[in-house]
Amino acid sequence: MSVYWPPLIGGMLLGLSAVALLLLDGRIAGISGIVGRLLGGGQVALNAAFVIGLMSGPPLYALAFGSFPSVTIAASWPLVLLAGLAVGIGTRMGSGCTSGHGILGLARFSRRSLAATATFLFAGVAMATLMEFLR
Amino acid sequence: MNGFAALRIAVALLAGALFGFGLSLSGMLDPARVLGFLNLASGHWDPSLAFVLGGAVLVAVPGVMLQRRLRRPLLDDRFHLPAKTEIDGRLVAGSALFGAGWGLAGFCPGPAVSALSMGLVPVFLFVAAMAAGMMLHDRVIAVKCGA
Repeated sequence: MSVYWPPLIGGMLLGLSAVALLLLDGRIAGISGIVGRLLGGGQVALNAAFVIGLMSGPPLYALAFGSFPSVTIAASWPLVLLAGLAVGIGTRMGSGCTSGHGILGLARFSRRSLAATATFLFAGVAMATLMEFLR
Repeated sequence: MNGFAALRIAVALLAGALFGFGLSLSGMLDPARVLGFLNLASGHWDPSLAFVLGGAVLVAVPGVMLQRRLRRPLLDDRFHLPAKTEIDGRLVAGSALFGAGWGLAGFCPGPAVSALSMGLVPVFLFVAAMAAGMMLHDRVIAVKCGA
């Protein structure tokens, strides 16, 4: 069980962040929405502040624990680019990603977010499992 | 409510930092850990992502219940919440495309943007392609399809 404490506590911090943004600023902590609006020039200060905060996460983690979190990217560069493009188009077309739909949407018992989360989880599992067989 | 604008920005900065720290602690900054959950055929399945999502929703539910009792947020004059309720083709197709990209490299938007501060070339590539995809959708696809 002990190996699941960091994921559980980390997840609870994500929930706390989303609740703070909701109750204080009245906004959904959806990363694809925040980044997409920032790229479109919408509410630049607010969205840029969130993104800068988000990027300060790994250095803050390093301050607390003495080393940066592990980030291992096995995919080749062309696949990384293709994945990025698909995530960019898909999250904007689907009005959200793991944070907006997966955390707040589910917490709001939104039917749209439940459908979106089920869809991207299913597609993610299908693609990752397929890639295992293509290696 | 303009007097609160600076406070709103400070809250966004702090909420972003908490989100980035939580992602780092959860292990979900690491595409290898995410793929350990999404890849069912690896032979060593890692359920961590379910604990992350479960922990996040567990905390968010009481927050949403409290939000529904409030007329407005503390620092703004109204809540800015999605109004759509209909499950349409765009929602499903977009989510399927997102999921496919997520399963391909193990990155979704939050961890990828958060990891930008670690100076890794593939992270820059992913975020650049993601930003291009977002702009391609918002400025070309959505415009042509009349959404």
